[in-house]
Amino acid sequence: MISDRPHLLRSEYDVAIVGGGPAGLGAAVAAREAGAQRVLVVDRDTEAGGVLLQCIHSGFGLHRFGEELTGPEYAQRVLCEALDDGVDVVTEAFVLDVAADHALTIASPRHGVVTVQARATVLAMGARERTHSAIRIPGDRPAGVFTAGLAQRLVNIDGVLPGRRVAILGSGDIGLIMARRLTLEGVEVVGVFELLPHPNGLSRNIVQCLHDFDIPLHLSTTVVGIHGRDRIQRVTVAPVDETLQPLMQRAWEVPCDTLLVSVGLIPENELSQQLRLRIDPATMGPVVASTMETSRDGLFACGNVVHIHDLVDFVSAEAELAGRHAGRYATGQATPADNVRLLPGANVGYCVPHTVSTDRDHVVYLRVRTMFDPCLLRLRTPDGTVVHERKLRYVAPAEMVNLKLRPALLQGFHGDSLIVEVVPR
Amino acid sequence: MTASYLCIGCPLGCRLEVDDDPGGDILEVRGFSCRKGKEFAAQEHVDPRRSVTTTVALLGADLCRLPVKTAATVPKALVRDVCRALRAVRVIAPVQAGQVVLHDVLGTGVDVVATRAVAAG
Ligand SMILES: Cc1cc2nc3c(=O)[nH]c(=O)nc-3n(C[C@H](O)[C@H](O)[C@H](O)COP(=O)(O)OP(=O)(O)OC[C@H]3O[C@@H](n4cnc5c(N)ncnc54)[C@H](O)[C@@H]3O)c2cc1C
Ligand code: SF4
Repeated sequence: MISDRPHLLRSEYDVAIVGGGPAGLGAAVAAREAGAQRVLVVDRDTEAGGVLLQCIHSGFGLHRFGEELTGPEYAQRVLCEALDDGVDVVTEAFVLDVAADHALTIASPRHGVVTVQARATVLAMGARERTHSAIRIPGDRPAGVFTAGLAQRLVNIDGVLPGRRVAILGSGDIGLIMARRLTLEGVEVVGVFELLPHPNGLSRNIVQCLHDFDIPLHLSTTVVGIHGRDRIQRVTVAPVDETLQPLMQRAWEVPCDTLLVSVGLIPENELSQQLRLRIDPATMGPVVASTMETSRDGLFACGNVVHIHDLVDFVSAEAELAGRHAGRYATGQATPADNVRLLPGANVGYCVPHTVSTDRDHVVYLRVRTMFDPCLLRLRTPDGTVVHERKLRYVAPAEMVNLKLRPALLQGFHGDSLIVEVVPR
Repeated sequence: MTASYLCIGCPLGCRLEVDDDPGGDILEVRGFSCRKGKEFAAQEHVDPRRSVTTTVALLGADLCRLPVKTAATVPKALVRDVCRALRAVRVIAPVQAGQVVLHDVLGTGVDVVATRAVAAG
């Protein structure tokens, strides 16, 4: 474990990585494999592993390790890989800045404020939870409103229960996982309320977190009021119409002392913004090439800081790519260039990476805007020529779609941009 | 009779159907995309089982909760009872990943094991 190792911090590195979650640790191993001698991972937390350490449920690693692991087990595997590989992992250290020449400013109680010179940098700061919709709910501001992820940390790491009677707003996976988690701790979960007409989390979590425990899921319903003086005493919920406007005449009251808000994650992009990277307004993360390089030379990014992944396995795959190219960049090896821009078209919210090349293999991750049963995933030129088409059985905004792009698929295409769209079949 | 289930074997979430005869013997399983789903449907129909993950009290470390899991699945009806039984368990650091924290929980024949290592603090 990390606490057994010295917190070695040298003054020079080939590759420095901001964030020690699965993205950062995976990038570190790949950078070493690509030839980088000295690789540093910096994490602000007391331990490396990222958000996986609080995700004690299982459901991680089916793709990457061929077995279903819990979050801490997955974290431990990737951390051991990095440490065994000779990566320096420094915890309780916050990266304040990355200069254009890859000088990192790091603050930590152990080392003070120090500058570390790297040749390439990888951003892997993960994500934070959205809270805005909780703030917009009218009514009192009593104690007892938590994001689902904060509640997860309280219960699983600190051993503290957020309340005795809990309502959950939003049916994202974290909220569903917490509904089960709290029930198992003896807390009463009175219901999950989802604004949209379909659940936002994986169907396996609807089954094993809600159905298994008879927790009601109210679709097309939202929280319209929070009441209580010091502590929440009840919330008002109401069904919504097709335009998502609450139907107040059909509202009802739900007694509870806690409201968990699970309305999704957004990339932790404070540092990315401070570094003036190009940000994609759809992902809220940096724009990246197929090498995961951002708009700044030698500065790469991977994991939830780029776009929100629902599976850690894909985070690890992306991290490998970012780490490999950062390692190559740092050691003066050529990194390949892209010649095609990918643009989201009909029903596609975003696609990552933002550019690809016609002569290498790529995996393109995308999210759709609405749910479709059988549909077509299509690549076309701006003037309408279809370059590639693939049938999909089912797509939903909650589930990332990946498209394997091979040179053979793009034969005969000579333009500079491709539109990615999903259309009904 | 036909019963339907949602597969929890992987994030795909296939919709499964099981036909049985009046004696309860399974005649056909449909809707799976892999062997795991077929087995899940048959198991879910006669004896639904789940893995359990939770935490137990941890002493002698910087961390106060130790994440644990059942080493195999237990009957679904016992999931809450397993967690209740684990509330009495106290583990003292250091802990190895995979270390048994409770043998044969509730006579199920299944051990509960730590899912991470923790150094003594
Ligand atoms: C609650 C929850 C449940 C999930 N459930 C599942 C699941 O069942 N199955 C599955 O496959 N996936 C699941 N996921 C997704 C998966 O866990 C994440 O996609 C993955 O952990 C993201 O990895 P990351 O390394 O990008 O980010 P993180 O794990 O968030 O790591 C980022 C790290 O960067 C550090 N950091 C940030 N800023 C700085 C800075 N300036 N200086 C130093 N350090 C910094 C943070 O401390 C953190 O440790 C879940 C995610 C969440 C949040
Ligand atoms: S049947 Fe197979 S592919 Fe389908 S959800 Fe179950 S495990 Fe996944």
